[in-house]
Amino acid sequence: MKVRLGLIAGAACLAAMPATAQNTKPNDAQIAHIAYTAGVLDVEAGKQALAISNNAEVRAFAEQMVKDHTAVNDQALALVKKLNVTPEDNATSKALTAQAAAKRAELAQLTGTAFDKAYLSNEVAYHKTVNGALETTLIPSASNPELKSLLQTGLKLFQGHQMHAEHTAKATN
Amino acid sequence: MTRTTVWRALSGVIALAMMSGAPASAVPAAKQIVLGGMSIAPMQLTVKAGETVEWVNKDVVDHTTTEKNTAAWNVSIAPGKSARVVMKKAGSFDYYCRYHPNMVARVVVTAPGKK
Repeated sequence: MKVRLGLIAGAACLAAMPATAQNTKPNDAQIAHIAYTAGVLDVEAGKQALAISNNAEVRAFAEQMVKDHTAVNDQALALVKKLNVTPEDNATSKALTAQAAAKRAELAQLTGTAFDKAYLSNEVAYHKTVNGALETTLIPSASNPELKSLLQTGLKLFQGHQMHAEHTAKATN
Repeated sequence: MTRTTVWRALSGVIALAMMSGAPASAVPAAKQIVLGGMSIAPMQLTVKAGETVEWVNKDVVDHTTTEKNTAAWNVSIAPGKSARVVMKKAGSFDYYCRYHPNMVARVVVTAPGKK
């Protein structure tokens, strides 16, 4: 139940973003910060899975999350440097970070299959909500074409991860 | 230096000169597919049986090229690297990236002699 509540809260966190952005569309510096934060949080989730899970498929998935999001965030950092944009912390990034910390604390209480299931279902939900935010808010709001293009590639990456998480969850059931 | 020694040295030089052109001709021509921007291009490629297909990974993340239905091939490709597969059997082969299953495409292999 705790896990389910966490998922709902996590989804609500990003789903609420378009509403908060209705009057104040996020600027490129804020968008860069949100996208970067979303990647960092999934790297942290992957590291937690690697510390707890003994399931080979779950570990392979977690390793890929760490590797992919680190590589894409490095690319994002290079881009913001090139564009001379300083990522700007904002309410959405803060809410995402707080929510992820709560989720990590929840998952830390679990072991074995219970952890694996909760981690994978959170990965599906997390990628789904980030995809929604990218599609409805971040990509349409980005004004720099290079940032927009990186976000579009990021969306395909997150969509791929969501499918991979779904496949892994099915295979480990 | 005897005449034999000179001849051997010259043979070595000639052999080396011939070898220098060898790598290009030794590597068989391949039809290329690019994995880039989390997409596959072209989405469908037609080759003849016996021809080689090369996947080039231009993304910053690992990809695989994994045949879906018959496990005809399954290869991991690191960023900036490429992988080749010789298409031996005729048929239509759907493949995807195991890490990013939204990346899907097809290789159609025609029987040799057919267009």
